[in-house]
Amino acid sequence: MIDFINFYLFPALAIGSVYALGAVGISMIFGILRFAHFAHGDLMTLGAYGVLAAAAVLPFNSVLLLPFGIVLAIVAALLVDKIFYQPLRQLPTIYTVISSFGVALIFRSLVQLVWGSQNQVYGSGGVRPPLIFFDAIRVSALHVQAIVATAVIALCLHFFLSRTKTGRSMRAVSDDPELAQVAGLDTEKVVRWTWIIGAALAAVAGLFAGMDTSAHPNLGWNLLLPMFAAAILGGIGKPMGAMAGGFIIGLAEELSSYPWIGDQALISPSYKTAVAFVIMIVLLIVRPQGLFKGRLL
Amino acid sequence: MTELSGLFFYLVSVLIAGGIYALLCLALNIQWGMGGLFNAGIVGFFAIGAYTSAILTTPETAKHLGGFELPIFAGLIGAAIIAGVTGWAVARICVRLKSDYLAMASIGIAEILRLVIVNESWLTNGSLGISGIPRPFGEYTAGRPADLVFLAYVWLIVLIVYLVATRLYNSPWGRSLRAIRDNEASAAAAGKNVERFRTQTFVIGCAFMGVAGALSAHYFRFLSPSATDPLLVTFLVWVMLMAGGSGNNRGAIVGALGIWALWSVTEIFTNRLPPEWATRSSFIRMLLVGLLLQYVLQKFRAGILPEKSPPLHFEDEAERPAPEK
Repeated sequence: MIDFINFYLFPALAIGSVYALGAVGISMIFGILRFAHFAHGDLMTLGAYGVLAAAAVLPFNSVLLLPFGIVLAIVAALLVDKIFYQPLRQLPTIYTVISSFGVALIFRSLVQLVWGSQNQVYGSGGVRPPLIFFDAIRVSALHVQAIVATAVIALCLHFFLSRTKTGRSMRAVSDDPELAQVAGLDTEKVVRWTWIIGAALAAVAGLFAGMDTSAHPNLGWNLLLPMFAAAILGGIGKPMGAMAGGFIIGLAEELSSYPWIGDQALISPSYKTAVAFVIMIVLLIVRPQGLFKGRLL
Repeated sequence: MTELSGLFFYLVSVLIAGGIYALLCLALNIQWGMGGLFNAGIVGFFAIGAYTSAILTTPETAKHLGGFELPIFAGLIGAAIIAGVTGWAVARICVRLKSDYLAMASIGIAEILRLVIVNESWLTNGSLGISGIPRPFGEYTAGRPADLVFLAYVWLIVLIVYLVATRLYNSPWGRSLRAIRDNEASAAAAGKNVERFRTQTFVIGCAFMGVAGALSAHYFRFLSPSATDPLLVTFLVWVMLMAGGSGNNRGAIVGALGIWALWSVTEIFTNRLPPEWATRSSFIRMLLVGLLLQYVLQKFRAGILPEKSPPLHFEDEAERPAPEK
């Protein structure tokens, strides 16, 4: 039981928070801009490398250097939206999907060009001792940080979306863009905030994912599929749903390799990604609007 | 003299790979150019075809499933069938939803297939790969002349697929498909079964992608998971079709050859750079291809050879007076 908590539950929640933070952005962009953002994973990579670059100069803990990654991701997202996505906005959204597919490649080759394609670790790279609770529960400090950070972000995001004017307009545009525009909401401002929040959360997710293993140029791309699954699971255009979806996908992936029956892992850990894919496929067949009644575009 | 023949056979190798890309491009043109379906997992269907044909045609070995030693043409047909069936399964689930979902599912299937190829070594010999894949007419030729034979073989298949694709495009089936692509609601109102047409399109395209994968396996005679580099193939094919002209079969071939020539020629230059720059320059090439796609999407959407719908012919045209200008 203790093994289950230490080796499966906490890692599952940690990877779940990475998915949750990434999926929020995907869900919001899909809800407001109406397209599946294929470059979101590589935006995470960019954020992770932004912190890495800052850590090379400044002698602080990587988590404290997070603002550098966030700024890099936000600037990249706003630039890409202005240069590449905005000119295509009048066309069917599938063109923007293709464009974002290209942006994914652009981000990745930039990362490879600037930082090289080898794995890079944060800080000294040594194994840090885990935190111990009640003499039995051992959790890595990083996992605790990731889970706590995600919980705090979820709370802030909830208040932002339900209490502030900008947050409310974002929900309005997501529900009905034409009506929102007729009602006089500043659509461009909403779009800008969507990118800012999406990119900032992507950078946080990217950093935690990179610190958990190591930073490499395919870091974000490899997480894209489970994040899409999480966004669909939570319902497109439902940021809180996407958060929940991220944790569910993370739990499903990790717990699928727990030896539930006998001593063998139920599903070989090398097929973890397949679990997310299967969930996504089942959802698309049975309930494409997701668990929390999201939009079906 | 040797330099000249070296150049000649370099050109042959570029044209063989170009032919395989032309096939992928024609296949994608059926899916995207005619049907408006976004396939982000081209490399997945390519890999299915490659492995199916490799398994069907190689001699028996203890390392992976096989020993069927079927003729290569049977391998190609097998590749088309398996890739088509996989495409059918994906399409069945996704065609009724917005095209973005098909994109997500197709990228997912490519990812899962990559996992299967790496992990299921009884089937594919895992990361060690499959070797000894025969070439067509391999028993009669060897060395460089064999490349010429293979070049002819590849382009014969490109020609066949081109003729099929053109026939499809001009047929009533293709016309309905374009109607669905351009205005789904009115096509549905006219009684066209949108989902059925889309599924058929996706399956046909995937089958041809499988054939292209099979040809590449027979060309290299060796197949490993690295041959299914997840992004590069998918991405290059998209750029090729967009630049060549989506909706135009000839444009697909022109785009494939043009972009492939650019890609290969820049490789010659970058290989002469000092080693620390040679690796970096491959990223610069990727970056430039990414930017090229953005440029094409914004300013050059119709491509080099834009789509041209065939003229309409009415049955009673002869009896009708010519329209006055």
